Amino acid sequence: MKIRAQFALVFNLDKCIGCHTCSVTCKNVWTNRKGVEYAWFNNVESKPGIGYPKNWEDQERWKGGWELRGGKLELKSGGRAARLLNIFSNPHMPEIDDYYAPFTYDYGKLVTAPLSEAAPTARPVSQIDGSRMEKITWGPNWEDDLAGEFHKRAKDQNFRDIGKEMYAQFENTFHLYLPRICNHCLNPACVAACPSGSIYKREEDGIVLVDQDKCRGWRMCISACPYKKVFYNWESGKAEKCIGCYPRVESGMPTICSESCVGRIRYNGILLYDADRIEELASTESEQDLYQAHLSIFLDPHDPKVIAAARQQGIPDTWIEAAQKSPIYKMAVDWKIAFPIHPEFRTLPMVWYVPPLSPVQSQIDQGNLATTPDGVLPDSATLRLPLKYLANLLTAGQEAPIRAALDKLIAMRSYQRSLHVDGAPDLRAVAAAGLTEQQAQDMYRLLAIANHEDRFVVPTSQTELGLENFHAFQGQNGFTFGNASSTGVSPFALFPDRRTDGVEDLTHPRKAKEDVA
Amino acid sequence: MIDTVLFGAYPYIALTVFLAGSWLRFDTEQYTWKTDSSQLLSKRGMRLASNLFHVGVLAVLGGHAVGLLTPHPWFRAAGVTDIAHQWLAIGAGSVFGLMCLLGGLMLLARRLGNRRVRAAARSTDLPILVWLLATLTLGLCTIPVSVGHAEHGDAGVMIALAEWVQSILCLHPQPGLLAGVEPIFKAHITFGLTVLLVFPFTRLVHIWSVPLGYLGRAYQVVRTR
Repeated sequence: MKIRAQFALVFNLDKCIGCHTCSVTCKNVWTNRKGVEYAWFNNVESKPGIGYPKNWEDQERWKGGWELRGGKLELKSGGRAARLLNIFSNPHMPEIDDYYAPFTYDYGKLVTAPLSEAAPTARPVSQIDGSRMEKITWGPNWEDDLAGEFHKRAKDQNFRDIGKEMYAQFENTFHLYLPRICNHCLNPACVAACPSGSIYKREEDGIVLVDQDKCRGWRMCISACPYKKVFYNWESGKAEKCIGCYPRVESGMPTICSESCVGRIRYNGILLYDADRIEELASTESEQDLYQAHLSIFLDPHDPKVIAAARQQGIPDTWIEAAQKSPIYKMAVDWKIAFPIHPEFRTLPMVWYVPPLSPVQSQIDQGNLATTPDGVLPDSATLRLPLKYLANLLTAGQEAPIRAALDKLIAMRSYQRSLHVDGAPDLRAVAAAGLTEQQAQDMYRLLAIANHEDRFVVPTSQTELGLENFHAFQGQNGFTFGNASSTGVSPFALFPDRRTDGVEDLTHPRKAKEDVA
Repeated sequence: MIDTVLFGAYPYIALTVFLAGSWLRFDTEQYTWKTDSSQLLSKRGMRLASNLFHVGVLAVLGGHAVGLLTPHPWFRAAGVTDIAHQWLAIGAGSVFGLMCLLGGLMLLARRLGNRRVRAAARSTDLPILVWLLATLTLGLCTIPVSVGHAEHGDAGVMIALAEWVQSILCLHPQPGLLAGVEPIFKAHITFGLTVLLVFPFTRLVHIWSVPLGYLGRAYQVVRTR
């Protein structure tokens, strides 16, 4: 058993209001630069819809993620040799127009235009070549709030096995917001596809990063990520992706998208898992069993055997404690109300989603729909969102777990309603959903109250303990003389910046350990 | 005199800049070390153009390396006569050279004609492509001359060229070997040496990083801080 800790997130779709605050804070902090103006490490899609980039879920087109070939796990885009043969021109590479052509507006015109009868307008300008764009035909969130025609949005892959024509009718329309970031997968396809080995998963917290110095721009990761969350910076020629806000996470803070979420839908926490089982579980034969397989990789942080093994393998006590208090563990493993997105991609993604409720309240009020025993809250089978659609999104089509999760969310409401409206606890729905009263109260606290300290349980990285002599690390970061990026990377420095390799250089980042697992 | 400079001294200048410059750039400015692909901005025709160009240029470079660096007694020992060697070089050079030229011209047209690619180009991108194509064209122009030699059963020029390259690499330069060689060969050599000279300052450095190690690597990479 190889125990690793994973920084993971849960997004509670039931509370997402589609305000895009997460996207905007993320963009302002990480991607407001030339070359990645089109890249959104965090974006919020309106579903049903084809999303960003266009039709990202269609792996027959993009060949992202993994598949089983003769029972063996292999990248969908082919093995190592096949990838190298495609290296001169990646046939599955998206083009920038698949995301959208980045644009700004000619704002200067507003102040410099000569006096005229008509008010001057700021017309759109391409951010790539500066040319005027006559018409903007696509953007990062073109389908916001179900904009556009149904037949275009209906190309959404999650409509498979659903007679979708009825949802074209206004009365049957349904809608949910889907915020997306990098999933920091346990079995990342981007890492596996990188010919130069520049993408890696961090041993300590599982955050997946691109080594900007080592990236050679072979751009295989761009197509291999089934979520299309690795972006090619066309200015720098390097791959860039969500960095899990690691400078914040290392200091015990939540990611910026989570912190700024006004709906409090985001949760950050630690999960312990058995890294020895990654390949075995990602190779689970039936796609429908992948969600259960994924669940089984997590270790119970309260199990004394797990604690002892984790300690022995060098996981700090603060991390074990954080894993015990992890909101992610509660929602994903304990209560089973959160699910991985598209488990059939076999990447074992680590951003999990609580499915949204969608009651048709007017119909309930008129007594037209089945309800829970309290006669007020809807039965999970009568919701507006088709169960199959949610299942296609979150469990590779398996409806039972989604149904069970929705039942629990409804039961928690039924219980709270009885407390606050009737003044006496009604435990019928709670019991029917397989919850205890205590669990219903805990769920209420975490999902409805959602205090900052409950949502975010992030231990600091304790970098100082990883250094052999942390006092010597003093003065090694921060202001430097001359070209700080040019101190050299080879073991023998061409232009040594110190007279000798002193004792303190034991902690020089240049000598960071690296291993391939 | 000019021959001594071009074929006695210039090769060493070019090779020194090529090797030292590459090392310096890799060691101190690795962030700039990349393919600088523009496929994201425009995919159209890239499958054909890029593959033709790259396969062509790699085969041509490989052919030069094997043909010029192998001592010709080895070829003879392997049963390849000098004249057969020359015909082989002419054949392979024509096929791969034309592939490379065709792909290169397509890439050039894209670089000049595609607004986005042009806007995103670095200052060295267009000059190095033009220079490579000029070098290649000069190389292709030597083929009719070589055919002329081969038809008369004369492998002398080819052997002189190979011996000159080997003399340079053995630190015993003999520019005199090229005295009787047609000017077109000399022009091609000079252009080729210049490619080596400017190599570290262009996107060509990605040739050094051909990721063969990937073939033997485990898929997942995990690093500790």
